[in-house]
Parts: sequence; structure tokens; C-alpha cells
Amino acid sequence: MEATKDVTLTLHNSLLTDDSSLITHHLSLKSREYRRNILKYIYKAKAGHTGGSLSCIDILNVLYNEVLNVSPETFTSPDRDRYIQSKGHCVEALFVVLADKGFFPESDLETLCKYQSHYIGHPTRKVNGVEQNTGALGHGLPMSAGVALAAKMDNRDYRVFTLMGDGELPEGSNWEAALTAAHYKLDNLCAIVDLNGLQITGPTKDVCNTEPLDKKFESFGWAVRHVDGNDVVALKEAFDALPFEKGKPSVMIAHTVKGKGVSFMENELKWHHGVPSEEQYKIAMQELSPAP
Amino acid sequence: MGNELIQAPLAGTGAANQDVFSETLQALAATDRNIVVVTSDSRGSGKLVPFGKKYPAQIVEVGIAEQNLVGMAAGLASAGKKVFAVSPACFLTARALEQIKNDVAYSNNPVKLIGISAGVSYGALGSTHHSLHDFAVLRAIHNMTIVVPADSFETTQAVQQVAASEQPYYLRFGKKPMPLLDETGETTFQIGKGRVIRRGSDVAIIANGETVYPALQAAQKLATENGIEATVVSMHTIKPLDEKLLSELALECKAILTVEEHSVNGGLGEACASWLLKNRYHKPFDILGIPDEYTVTGSQVEILNHYGISESGITSRVKTLLNTLT
Ligand SMILES: Cc1ncc(C[n+]2csc(CCOP(=O)(O)OP(=O)(O)O)c2C)c(N)n1
Ligand SMILES: [Mg+2]
Repeated sequence: MEATKDVTLTLHNSLLTDDSSLITHHLSLKSREYRRNILKYIYKAKAGHTGGSLSCIDILNVLYNEVLNVSPETFTSPDRDRYIQSKGHCVEALFVVLADKGFFPESDLETLCKYQSHYIGHPTRKVNGVEQNTGALGHGLPMSAGVALAAKMDNRDYRVFTLMGDGELPEGSNWEAALTAAHYKLDNLCAIVDLNGLQITGPTKDVCNTEPLDKKFESFGWAVRHVDGNDVVALKEAFDALPFEKGKPSVMIAHTVKGKGVSFMENELKWHHGVPSEEQYKIAMQELSPAP
Repeated sequence: MGNELIQAPLAGTGAANQDVFSETLQALAATDRNIVVVTSDSRGSGKLVPFGKKYPAQIVEVGIAEQNLVGMAAGLASAGKKVFAVSPACFLTARALEQIKNDVAYSNNPVKLIGISAGVSYGALGSTHHSLHDFAVLRAIHNMTIVVPADSFETTQAVQQVAASEQPYYLRFGKKPMPLLDETGETTFQIGKGRVIRRGSDVAIIANGETVYPALQAAQKLATENGIEATVVSMHTIKPLDEKLLSELALECKAILTVEEHSVNGGLGEACASWLLKNRYHKPFDILGIPDEYTVTGSQVEILNHYGISESGITSRVKTLLNTLT
């Protein structure tokens, strides 16, 4: 993929200790389990955003298993870290991770998108563990900046993370919030851009080019870092390095592959909200075997 | 309208209104190079991919940026383009409301705003994707005509008429296949004039968009099973409202029920209620729409059934309404 060409790949191999290789192994297995569950529940619901959920799942994996101080027990604590998913359409990724973390029984997802279920096709606070109702793009960053500013006002240590799609960046609200976040020196705020290079109509660079994205954020007063967004080790390292610069909000430009993990879904436009047929589902699950 | 009737290929085949819209627009663009479509990563849902392939010079893509979509559309229109700004109704009329109010309506730039997948068409995607507010907010904006066609005939006509007009419009479409509604054989369509689909003197059911069909089904059922004769009106234009037709309905029928795929607050029902009351037509009256609550999850049909916006739901509402007379 062209978008991943100029990623500054960190030489994480040399940094691996025994401990971290265990973590890596654990995280890779989790990613596979999550991918299987994303497909399982999209297949059952006959609806969902397959490609974007598969592209961002490694990010959510590392966030919820290694970074955020949230759990079902601490979810009401004012000091918990916040995760607000701006690309709300990829709710399946969020739901399978929240189920895994014990926010609700995984069997609840059998009702995904069904009549009278609380598990709709976008994040909603009716579901335990969800911070904000999202789905209209371009809302995550402004809300996150607000939550981060409140932490500064109250001298609290929590951090705020928001995940944005690369297609959603043309929403002006993002850039308004980008200005404000830098103005208020919100170094407790981290935006992650899921740079999978595709949206609904086509490649993001053909629909509305946002490159050079790092220069844009830099010029808005943000600290920027590129990361391989499908590499759990690289992601963990990047998150461990937050804030990238004291006094500045951080943005992680995560180079990902839309549909990652299933050969025929990777980089294919139609899998934005494509639902697998029985045959496709079987092949996909085979590719993601064995189940961890 | 002096325009010759252009037959859109899909018209009359039970196609979704928004598909008929895109077919009609393609037919118009073939002879009018001044027609420009503006999209915000919405050409797929708007069924405009073929339009883009056929007329690449007449489609402008702004990316996911609805405010920019409407602002640019206003600019293009002011420079003489015949602009159709196409985006899901939920985002178009909420995100870009100030651009609609100031850049289109107030500045009088003749943009045709096309709200697609309207009402609860997006079903289980939830409230961010539902447009149950659009009639209410746009009714409060001066210089905005609101048109909600019920079937392919009304859609084809509406698109042709707004294309030929120098005013701003909001057209609202759903994505459910709709049958042709022509029980009375009514063959005229005029923006601002309600279309009578069926005649009866017991009750008037005033609906619009995709709710006209279940209203007609309910009327047929009421006639065969209960001997209740209903007039059914496709009140496709909410603003300006067809006041003449409203007063006729109030005089002819014993009760009035409005039906819409919109919040019960601020839509078609309240527009009719306010005019009727102000003009001293005191009739048994009810508004059927989506209640003011956290909308239930489900497909479009499940949501509409849940709230009684269905053949059986409308039938029972009519009976309840007529019971207040006895
Ligand atoms: C304000 C708004 N406009 C339009 C949409 C419809 N929509 C949902 S997903 C999507 C494409 C998103 O592309 P991207 O941000 O790249 O997401 P990803 O590739 O990660 O799935 C669009 C246009 C929306 N949800 N919100
Ligand atoms: Mg993308």
C-alpha cells in the first residue's frame, strides 16, 4: 500500500525482552480472537462495517489491554482514561473488545442490530463501557478535547484517546478542535488516525486529499508520530511514548490496511460495509485460524 | 410547468424514490450541462455512481464535509450552476444547518438540497443516522420549500420542477422501493399542491413520503373491513402548505389524521394542526409520527411498525380517532 511506504518503522526487535515478547504473543492472539469475533457478529447481524473494524482492531486491542486504565469496575471513576470512538461506524471492533474486557456478556452481541436491542450499529451509552454516542463523523475530537480540558481544570491525571477515520478528516470540526487542543496545551489528549487509505467512494487521496497529514497537524501545534497501526508492538511503543511532546496534544498517524487479516477483504473498497456470505465467512474464519 | 415530461427509466417500476431521483437527474443532465451534483462521500448511497461515470465534469466531490458541501453548493449556484447537493438527510440538515439557513435560504442561492436515506431508512444504525428533525428545522427557515415525494411519479415530477426553478428547495427521499400510488388516476403534480390519492368522507389521512403507501393500505382495509371511507392525501409539500386543500378536507371529513416519518414535534402534523386551529377548523385530529423518545432499535420497517406507522397502526389510530365522535 502506498500510504505505508514512508512509515518510520521503529526497530522494535532489538528492544524486545522476554517479558515484552510474552506481551506481544498475548496481544497477537487477542487481535486474532477479536478479528474472528468481529466477523462472527457482523455475519450474524447481516450488517456492519467490516473493513474499518478490521483495520482498527489492533489499535483497540493495545489501548484496552495495555494503555487505558478502564475496566468495568473503574468505569464510573472520574479518574479513568477515556476512549471516544469518532469513527463510530466501526462499532463492532469496540463491542467485541468491551465484551472481552467484561463490560457485558459476549452473548449480548447475538442481538446486534436486532429489534429492541441496545447494541445498535454505532456506539451508544446504553451499552456499558461506551463513553459517548458517536456515528456522525467529526465529533470525537471536539468532545475529547472537552474531556481533556476538564482534566486540566480539575488537576486530574486521566488521558483521553479518540480514534478517527482518514475519510472523516475533511469535517471542519476536527480542525477547529485541533486548534483548540493545541491552544489549551492538551498533552493529555491523543488522537489516532486510522489511515487505511479508503473511504466509501474510493481511495481517500482521490476523494479529498489530506496529505501531507503530519505537516498539517504539526502546523496546528500537535506532536506527530507515524506508526504501523496493525503492529501491536509498534503501537504499544508509541502509546508508551505519550505525550510525544510536553505541552502539546499528540496525534498518532496509524498506517493500517482496511480489511486487515482477511486476504480478499484487504484494501477492497466494497468491504467498507460488506457483509460476508456463508462461503466467504468460512474462508475468512479459516484464514484467521486457529481460534486462540 | 412548461417542461415536457421526461420518463425516468425506473419510473413506475416500484423503485426507491432516491433511485428514481438519480435516474431523473441523469436524464436532465444529458441535455443540460449546467447541472452540477455535489456529494460528500455520498454518491454510493445517492445512487449517483453512474451519474459520476457518465458526467464526470458535472459532479463535485467534497469529501466527508457536509458544511463545505452546502457552502460550496451555494457558491456554485450563485455563479449560475444548477446545483443538487446530495447527502444523507440526517447530516445534510443537521450538520450543515447554518449553511442552509444563511448561504442557501437567506442569501437566496437556488441550491437543491437532496436529503437521501431519510427518516429512519438507516434503521439499526441509530439516531445519528435518522432524520426526524429535518421538517421541523427547515420549516422554521424562510425561503425554504420542503418537498417529500411519495412515489416515482411524484419524484420524477418534483426533480424536473425544481431543476427548472430559481429557488432553494429541500427534497427528501427514502430508499425503500415504493409502488405507484394512483387510485384516483390523479396525473398532475404541482409543488405546493397536495395530491389526493383516494377519496372518502369519513376521515382524511394526510401523509407524505414513504408513509403515504401504508396510509393508502390502511384506507383500503378500513373500507373493506369497517365500512370507513378515507381520503388519502400525499401532502408532498410541507412548506408552503396547501391551505386550500386543508380547508376542503376539514369541511368534507369528520376527522383528520396526519402520518409522517418524522418526530411528532414540528413536522407535517403540527403544520396542519396549527393552520387548522388558527382558521377555526375544530375537528378530531391526531398526529402519527415518531414519538419524542430514544428511538427503538430495528430495521426501518421494524421501527415504523413499532410506532404504528403501518397499515395496522394507521387503521387503529383512525378507529380511535373516529370513536371520539360517538
Ligand atoms: C457526518 C457524517 N457524514 C457521513 C457519514 C457516513 N459515513 C459513514 S462511514 C463513512 C466513510 C468513513 O471513511 P473513513 O473515515 O476513512 O472510515 P474507515 O475507512 O476507517 O471505515 C461515511 C461517509 C457519517 N457517518 N457521518
Ligand atoms: Mg478510511
